Amino acid sequence: MRTIAFREALREAMSEEMRRDELVFLMGEEVAEYNGAYKVSQGMLAEFGPKRVIDTPIAELGFTAIAVGAAQNGLKPVVEFMTWNFAVLAMDQILNTASKMLAMSGGQIGCPIVFRGPNGSAGQLGAQHSTAFESYYANIPGIKVISPSNGYDAKGLLKQAIRYEKDPVMFMESEVMYGDKSEVPEEEYYIEIGKADVKKAGRDVTIVSFNKMMKVALAAAAELEKEGISAEVIDLRTIRPLDWRTILDSVKKTNRLVIVEEQWPFASVSSEITYRIQKEGFDYLDAPIRRVTSADAPMHYAPNLVAAYLPDVPKVVKVVKEVMYSKK
Amino acid sequence: MSTKFSKETYLYWYGLMQTIRQFELKAEEMYKMAGKIRGFFHAYIGQEAIAAGVMTATRHEDPFITAYRDHGWALAKGTSANACMAELYGKATGCAKGKGGSMHFFDKENYFFGGHGIVGAQIGTGAGLAFAEQYKGTDNVVVAFFGDGAARQGMLHETFNLAMLWKLPVIFVCENNNYAMGTSIERTSNVHDIYKLADAYEMPADQVDGMSPEAVHEAMARAVKRAREGDGPTLLEMKTYRYKGHSISDPQKYRSKDEVDEYKDKDPLVQVAATILTSGFATQAELDAIDARINETIEESVRFAEESPWPDDSEVLKDVYLDETYEFITD
Repeated sequence: MRTIAFREALREAMSEEMRRDELVFLMGEEVAEYNGAYKVSQGMLAEFGPKRVIDTPIAELGFTAIAVGAAQNGLKPVVEFMTWNFAVLAMDQILNTASKMLAMSGGQIGCPIVFRGPNGSAGQLGAQHSTAFESYYANIPGIKVISPSNGYDAKGLLKQAIRYEKDPVMFMESEVMYGDKSEVPEEEYYIEIGKADVKKAGRDVTIVSFNKMMKVALAAAAELEKEGISAEVIDLRTIRPLDWRTILDSVKKTNRLVIVEEQWPFASVSSEITYRIQKEGFDYLDAPIRRVTSADAPMHYAPNLVAAYLPDVPKVVKVVKEVMYSKK
Repeated sequence: MSTKFSKETYLYWYGLMQTIRQFELKAEEMYKMAGKIRGFFHAYIGQEAIAAGVMTATRHEDPFITAYRDHGWALAKGTSANACMAELYGKATGCAKGKGGSMHFFDKENYFFGGHGIVGAQIGTGAGLAFAEQYKGTDNVVVAFFGDGAARQGMLHETFNLAMLWKLPVIFVCENNNYAMGTSIERTSNVHDIYKLADAYEMPADQVDGMSPEAVHEAMARAVKRAREGDGPTLLEMKTYRYKGHSISDPQKYRSKDEVDEYKDKDPLVQVAATILTSGFATQAELDAIDARINETIEESVRFAEESPWPDDSEVLKDVYLDETYEFITD
């Protein structure tokens, strides 16, 4: 099978859906003439023209409002944020308008829109460009949150979001994944939203993760394998709705659960998973549910402080061994 | 005396303004006296001439969007008094199924995109409605209403810039009633003439006597023509006055009774009735008959709201997602 970069998978998803449906358009900073700050939309202006691939000024609140209003009046916008860190300026439109208008109008006014862009840290970018926002948006009823870990999943999920989702979707990518290659078939495919994926089968412990922390989870699993510990690794892919049944099925087999995520710890995705699994699977647990998150602090600049802040393989291995009650 | 507008127009204006006025007076009574209506309640009373003039200068398919002072706009666009009163009561038959309340009236069938509660947010969302009309190639124009308070939000500036950049078919109508809740316009900015804010974006703008349906209609007609022909947005600052407080719980210590009385002398209902009588469009007896019919409609809306059921408890998890398979967290 051919391999393409993550960014190309996203581009194919958008382009295929734009060819299918005239009502779909892409809007954001530098998406058109610059060909995308991270080259996700490269060539799309040339194919679709300025009516449908639209550069905006640096005005997140304003252009998000225009996209939300356009969605409420019959269009299907895809909005690229240069980073989700900047989308905070548009949070009022996402939280108070996009997510609530269907309820406030008694079901009259929906908002079929996809917001996408890179999320979380990407090296030494300092505190203001490094927040992981999945748990923020997952807190909001009325929207869905997708956070894929590879190009194959990203393409299928993004196509699904654009074509079939009638509700607002937050689609979280990562600067450091855009160049990652993965096998993506030429044929068209869609991936259902709200389904986790077991990326590695195992017996002894379940590790749940998503987005680029899946690399840490899988690398930790490989490390543990050398020591005779068989970890099952689950990629959530969708954060809201949360596919807790796939996690529970795995925990019924392994009796141990470790969650790895880039969120801050308080009220994070792991908090919600932990609540759900202790409630639904209390009798299956042989150890406390544990997690590895980002540090409970803004991310600093110095390289050692970045490393100290983020989850990594040694931290995950250590926590897994603790839930295994391993001696070494 | 000759008039610029027809008998039919004056009688429509009179009927619409009287409907809004009587509806809100009755609703306020049901709020204060009967305790039937709760939550924030922002009356439009005093500002009805804007609704009148805007309605005759626009088409039914032109989408409207406004802030939380929204009762008058829903009634103007064609939402029934029954659906409006039932919404205030929180009943299932309301124009938002009892899920919106006073601040969040919606009626998509009548192109009313609602009452919005975050000051200024609807300026941008309204431009988005216009973006969709332009994209789809219609010649509909959107009217986005906001108050003088919202003019101080960043949203206004980002939206004005984008609306001019893309020549969106939207008319921004600032209903300037002089007070952002209790803060007079002089205390919120060095710039007291809101229409001048358009200058920074080279947007056409006008200051309009918002107590006169004639002046409102004429200014709107010019702006609507420009937008329909693809020449982009206009800002219209309508100078108006609300007789009531910001909301039903406002003691109004920030303004004098004399100031309120001065505006009541310019009451658009009184003015329009006088024009109708002096022009011979109707007799006082005929106006009284119109009032009586409206009164009966409003009284009926109270009966309707009283007799309507509450939303079923199961509605708490409905209208949250259009995806009917969505599995909610319930514990």
